[in-house]
Amino acid sequence: MRPSNGPRPIGGRWRRRPHLSNDSKSRLAAIGRRMLPFQAAGEEPGRYGVLRRNMTLLMILLTVVPLSLMAFINHREHRKALRAQTEAPMREILVRTRHSGEIFLAERRSAISFITSASTYEQLADQAELNRIFQVMKQEFGGFIDVGLIDASGVQVSYAGPFELVGKDYRDQEWFQEVLVRGTYVSDVFLGYRRYPHFVIAVRHLEPDGRSWIVRATVDTELFSGLIGSHGNVPGGDTFVVNRQGVLQTSSRHYGAVLERVPLDLKDAGLEPLITETVDRSGRPAFLGMAAFETVPFVLLYVEPRGTAWEPWYTLNNELFLVFIASIVVVFLVAYRLASSSVSRIEKSEENQRRALHEMEHGNKLASIGRLAAGVAHEINNPLAIIDQKAGLMMDLTENIPGFHLGPRFGELASSILNAVDRCRTITHRLLGFARRMDVEIRDIDVNDVLQEVLGFLEREALHRGVQIQLELDAELPAIASDRGQLQQVFLNILNNALEAMPEGGKVVIRSWRPDEEHVSVSIEDNGSGMSQETMKHLFEPFFTTKAPGYGTGLGLSITYGIIKKLGGEIQVDSELGKGTTFFVTLPMRASPEMGA
Amino acid sequence: MKLPIEILLVDDEKEFAETLAERLTARGHRVRVAFDGPQALEALKQRPFDAVILDLFMPGMDGLATMREMKARQPLVEVILLTGHGSVDTAVAGLKNGAFDYVLKPAKFEELLEKLQAARQRKAEQEERIRQAEARSLTRRTGDI
Repeated sequence: MRPSNGPRPIGGRWRRRPHLSNDSKSRLAAIGRRMLPFQAAGEEPGRYGVLRRNMTLLMILLTVVPLSLMAFINHREHRKALRAQTEAPMREILVRTRHSGEIFLAERRSAISFITSASTYEQLADQAELNRIFQVMKQEFGGFIDVGLIDASGVQVSYAGPFELVGKDYRDQEWFQEVLVRGTYVSDVFLGYRRYPHFVIAVRHLEPDGRSWIVRATVDTELFSGLIGSHGNVPGGDTFVVNRQGVLQTSSRHYGAVLERVPLDLKDAGLEPLITETVDRSGRPAFLGMAAFETVPFVLLYVEPRGTAWEPWYTLNNELFLVFIASIVVVFLVAYRLASSSVSRIEKSEENQRRALHEMEHGNKLASIGRLAAGVAHEINNPLAIIDQKAGLMMDLTENIPGFHLGPRFGELASSILNAVDRCRTITHRLLGFARRMDVEIRDIDVNDVLQEVLGFLEREALHRGVQIQLELDAELPAIASDRGQLQQVFLNILNNALEAMPEGGKVVIRSWRPDEEHVSVSIEDNGSGMSQETMKHLFEPFFTTKAPGYGTGLGLSITYGIIKKLGGEIQVDSELGKGTTFFVTLPMRASPEMGA
Repeated sequence: MKLPIEILLVDDEKEFAETLAERLTARGHRVRVAFDGPQALEALKQRPFDAVILDLFMPGMDGLATMREMKARQPLVEVILLTGHGSVDTAVAGLKNGAFDYVLKPAKFEELLEKLQAARQRKAEQEERIRQAEARSLTRRTGDI
């Protein structure tokens, strides 16, 4: 997430002649910003962006990491529980099925064993007798295909079944060797001479007199298959038996027919049922259970697709995942909004601080310039007085010398000196007035009254110049505690400037309003010549004047500024060259004279 | 011909004081110059003056202190304060202590002349009132007899 490019620029350029309404305060702020053009320019733009990004990232990290961790743990635990729940019945099915298989095989083996032991060799060797026994076996147990007697040398002596096998020699076959050694033998399933899947059970009988014979029976796998397959009838479930090489001993639903090879890893199979996860034939996730038979080298396998059992889990998982994603999104949004708002708050407060600092510097500058001016004025006054008197004396003397032909010329020169001294006098007097500590006399006054009074002084001049003065005063304006005389001077200075800046037939609009509970504002707007940005920058400095030399001291507005500050107020200017100038004066309800320097 | 005014000019700025004295003298007034407070008080002992032009800002004994001293000795002497300090506050303090008027330095000569005339005028009137009061009290007393 990339932070957007900082706060939006402050609504473009501030337009002149705004509606007077509650937003006057923000307007003043906007003007303030415009009046101090150095601020925005010097600031590297990325700083707040980086701060915003870091804060956002930190918040996201702090929320998302624990959230993810919780989600992950929850997911795992839930899965574990579910798996245990799935495994238990699978284990049971495995154990039960294996048990059935074991019993099936044991029964068949016992039957053969019984026949072998209960009958004599002669009885078994008798073809008719063997046929009779075979019939009973088929009837009682089922699944037997044939049965035959083999003597100790491995030759088939008699046979009951569908084939002609009498006289067949088994001596070299592996199973024969094994049955001689172990006494019983159960073969893997094979096709054999008969070309269909079956397996062989052979039991050897040893007479006390040392004679021995072997009864060998073939069992159809179909019955065994059916028995194994009937277990684990979960939809999609599959139960089957393989030998240690992974060759199918019973038919399976999904892994092929008998004698096909199953591509499953069986090396971990033991007596204890083992459940692992795998994928089934069609690639779906499934559980594979395996358990080895005790008496035969077979392994029982049970494959159950995960889907059916875990359906609810997946649904829940999906829902949780959605909730998780939604929370992350919410966290992102909230983190970004929070970071944005706090960063812009920081930005704003830093800007305020900067502005306050600047204003203070500006005030200090004006104050020190004032002190300097007063010092200079004072020092100059004395020599000025001497020049004044010397020149005066010169004039007196030239007048009193009769017949001095240069008399009139000298008189003229002395008079010029005196005029120049007069000009200097005006400057030094104003300078000293500017610098002197003014006694502030706080009274309850009505700003509208003060404005009216000042207008009284200027009415004649306005009339003379054909300037129209329009008043838009707030009649509800409360009285404020301030200095009437000082405010008169302030408004007089501003109005004088306005009148001077105005051509014939200009217009001055004077407004007063209440920006908030604590302040009273006055604006004086003219449609005169206006001023440049450069002029505005120096406007309140002493000796700064745009008037022709000799026509202004450049002290009026700096005095005005000093007074406003002393009264705890603010003065701001908005001006556009050729369009006019507006002065905004904001005064506190209660002036605090100690604020002034 | 106007009556000459007896003037005591007190200013530590010698050039200024002497030039101003010369100009006033040229206009027929009698001027005595002093360059500091003690000198001025000394001069005041020797003969009476109509008006004193007194610089407020002097080293040593300053204008206000000098004026208080003068007023103690000659209550009727009129004092015009010259304030190069530019501080109207000091001038106001002077006025409250009985100064006749004040002039901001560098003072315009004509303005200063006018104020001197006015000061002399007031002093004369004051003296006249005193004289009349004395005369009245004298008549009353003689009348009683």
